[in-house]
Order: sequence, then structure tokens, then C-alpha cells
Amino acid sequence: MLRYGLVLAVVLAIYWFALSFYTIPLIVAFGVISVLLVVALCARMKILDEETVPYLFTLPTIVYLFWLGKEIVKANVQVVKAVLSPDMEVSPTMVRIPSSPRTEIGKTMFGNSITLTPGTVTVEMEENEILVHALLTEMSDPEDFKAMAERAAWAVGETRERPLEDGS
Amino acid sequence: MTYMLILAAETVQAANYVPEILPLLRNGLAVASMVIGLFFVLGGTLGVLRLPDFFTRLHAAGMTDTLGAELILLGLIIQEGFTQLSLKFLFVSIFLLLTSPTATHAVANAAYQAGLKPLLGKYKIPTAAEISGDYTKQDDHHADDHSSEDHH
Repeated sequence: MLRYGLVLAVVLAIYWFALSFYTIPLIVAFGVISVLLVVALCARMKILDEETVPYLFTLPTIVYLFWLGKEIVKANVQVVKAVLSPDMEVSPTMVRIPSSPRTEIGKTMFGNSITLTPGTVTVEMEENEILVHALLTEMSDPEDFKAMAERAAWAVGETRERPLEDGS
Repeated sequence: MTYMLILAAETVQAANYVPEILPLLRNGLAVASMVIGLFFVLGGTLGVLRLPDFFTRLHAAGMTDTLGAELILLGLIIQEGFTQLSLKFLFVSIFLLLTSPTATHAVANAAYQAGLKPLLGKYKIPTAAEISGDYTKQDDHHADDHSSEDHH
């Protein structure tokens, strides 16, 4: 609780300074007051947990974002090829895939990653499954989703050991 | 006379002028990144116009959100260099990565909840002959062409 409050205050202070770049004492004082106010409000609302403050796993998340960026580029090229080809052969598919991350934030990360990759959209989140709409049938391979789920779980700190690079 | 000499010297200098390589490289990279981004935005727009139904069109729209917008922002960051403005661009790109899938999911989920049946199976752009054929005998084989199967 106290730890999350401190982390939130530090992150908010860095963010405030990055956006303003002011060093005038009066304005910095206003910044400090607003940061303290926000942390106090969060504490009063009792939402100081790892969902509000997901900054303790920033490094794995950044590593994951680079991997996701690679996947996004590949998917974008596939989709743009399919869309711009003259006869535009697409094969829309609906698949149900198991969502293995346990925590809410892990599920959010996984679902958002699926939607962020062009060609696949999360249509419905259920208890343990995700309904996915894919533009091309070859994009709905359960193995690819499994790899993404493992990485997403690692990015929010659910699993300790890093999923192996399989060269995909 | 001296004036002429100075002028001549300046002309020689101007002729030997080589543009500095680093700014040129940076601007080139920035422009290349923005042009590729614009290509994906164009592809996304064409996709929204060409694809057959709501759910497939979402995919094309997602393309503009991800590579299109991100590459344009990356180009702006490269052009700007290490300044506060480029830090703000970086924040914008991170927020875009968070908000655009959330909005896409909300729209897709709303359409699904409302009972919009997605078009499934293979789809191909109908040829001109097929379209005119459909136009003359409308009801015959149009039905099994666009059937949406049950998705469960």
C-alpha cells in the first residue's frame, strides 16, 4: 500500500515534469501539491494496488512491447497485402481461444495485444476464454495466441522466467 | 577588386559546399518513416472502403491506428531530436497503443452483443460479370454467396 503510493507519487512527479519543464518554484510547488492530492485521493478511494500502479514491471513490459511491435509489423504487412490485392481474398474466422493469464491486468494486456495486432480483434472476454475475430484463417492459429499469452503474462509479472525466444 | 576576390572565393566555397551528412540522414529517415506511415493509413482507408462487413472493416481501421499513426509519430520524433516536444510525441504514441485497442474492442463487443452476425468463410471481390449476373437474376444464387454461418 505505502509502496504503491510512493511509486505512484514518483511516476506522477516525473510525468508532471516531463510535460511542463518548469523550474519556477511557485509552479513546482503547485505540481507537488497536485501530485500529493492525487495520491491522497487514490488512497482514500482504496485503489492503490497493482492495477492502478502497474509501474513495477515497466522493464518486462518494454521488452514485451518490442516483441509485440515486431508482430504488429508482420500482421500489418499481411493485412495490407490482403486488402490491396485486386481480388481481395479474405477468410473471416471466429475462434475461441483459452486465455491463460490469471490476473485482471494480465488478461487486459493479452486482450489488448490481440486487438492491437491488425487482423485479429478481441470480440468478447469470458471467464477463461476469449472470442477472437480474425481477418484471415491463418491468423487464428492457437499456437501463436499461446505464445502471446505467455509473453503477456510475463510482461505484467505473473510468471518469473522469461518465455524463450523461438525465432518466430 | 578586393570585392571581386571575395566574391570569387565565396563562389568557390559555395561550389565545394557539401551538405552535412547527419541532418540529411535524419531528415531522410524522418520523411521515409512518415511516408511508410502514410502508406499504411492509405491501405487502412482503402480497406475500410473495400472490405465486406463491419468486423472485417475493423481490422483495416486497426491498421491506421497502429503502424500508420505510430510510424508518423516516429518520423516526427526523429525530425525533432532529443527535445521536450519529442518526449511528448513519445507519450502520445504510448497512449495511442493503450487507447486504440480499447476503443476497437468496445465497438466490436457492442456490435456482437447487439447481435450483428459476422460474415464468415471465404470472401472474394465479385467480378463485374458476377455482379451484372446477380443484377439480372437477383434472387437465384445470391443467397448462398453471402451466407453467414453460425459462429459457435
